[in-house]
Amino acid sequence: MAPLATTFFFYFLSAVTVVSGVLVITRKNAVHSALALIVSLLGQAALYLMLYAPFVAGVQIILYAGGIMVLFLFVIMLVNIEKARKEDQFNQQWLVGLAAALALGALFVLVYVKGRALFPDRAILMPEQANTQQVAVLLYGNYMFTFEIASLLLLVAIIGAVVMAKKRI
Amino acid sequence: MAPISTIHYLVVAAALFILGVIGVLTRRNVVIVLMSIELILNAVNLNLVAFSRIWGLHGQIFAIFVITDAAAEAAVGLGILIAFFRNKETVNIDEVDLMKW
Repeated sequence: MAPLATTFFFYFLSAVTVVSGVLVITRKNAVHSALALIVSLLGQAALYLMLYAPFVAGVQIILYAGGIMVLFLFVIMLVNIEKARKEDQFNQQWLVGLAAALALGALFVLVYVKGRALFPDRAILMPEQANTQQVAVLLYGNYMFTFEIASLLLLVAIIGAVVMAKKRI
Repeated sequence: MAPISTIHYLVVAAALFILGVIGVLTRRNVVIVLMSIELILNAVNLNLVAFSRIWGLHGQIFAIFVITDAAAEAAVGLGILIAFFRNKETVNIDEVDLMKW
């Protein structure tokens, strides 16, 4: 018999993640959206823990919930959201956009129902303690070149952000 | 209740992805559009980590790279937003039409 707690926590965390995802795209106030997004990211980090990925969960909390969301909140403070709150929240093509998104959802349902066999139920046995070590071995071994390219990407992003946000270069 | 398998996680990720797409296509506030893009990237991450449960750790490595990419994208996107707000005093995405005509 499968343990019950796993099932309970999966549904609980998915509910937290999806409900706060809904809040992100429906709130008027951008600060409320950002806070809901933080809750969603934390719920997702807990889902990563359930999938035996503690390192990715840690990176998610530190980088996403800690770093990127602080960036978002700072920018929300810099731009004037009071005016945006009183205006229309949805653009003119919102009906078409919603239809396109729901069509995409129907496609997902079709793929998951028809292609059920593509996603086997088996799970490989993962050691719980050595995850960080194994990730590091792969990251600095097989994916060394990709890792270097990622650092280059971050450098370009830093320079780009400074150039964009600076008044006069 | 059925035990939790990979397809459960895929369904959650698909729901998050759809929410992100709806946010990108319908909202006017640029900040919330950028947050919806973060939701989409997170859905992809959840898929990758769920697949790493079947096919080995490579999915988790890719998830880390996607997070790096999301950080870079957020920095550049918010930089563009600040530059745009300085010029036009608005954060509405349908008023960003300088290069349209």
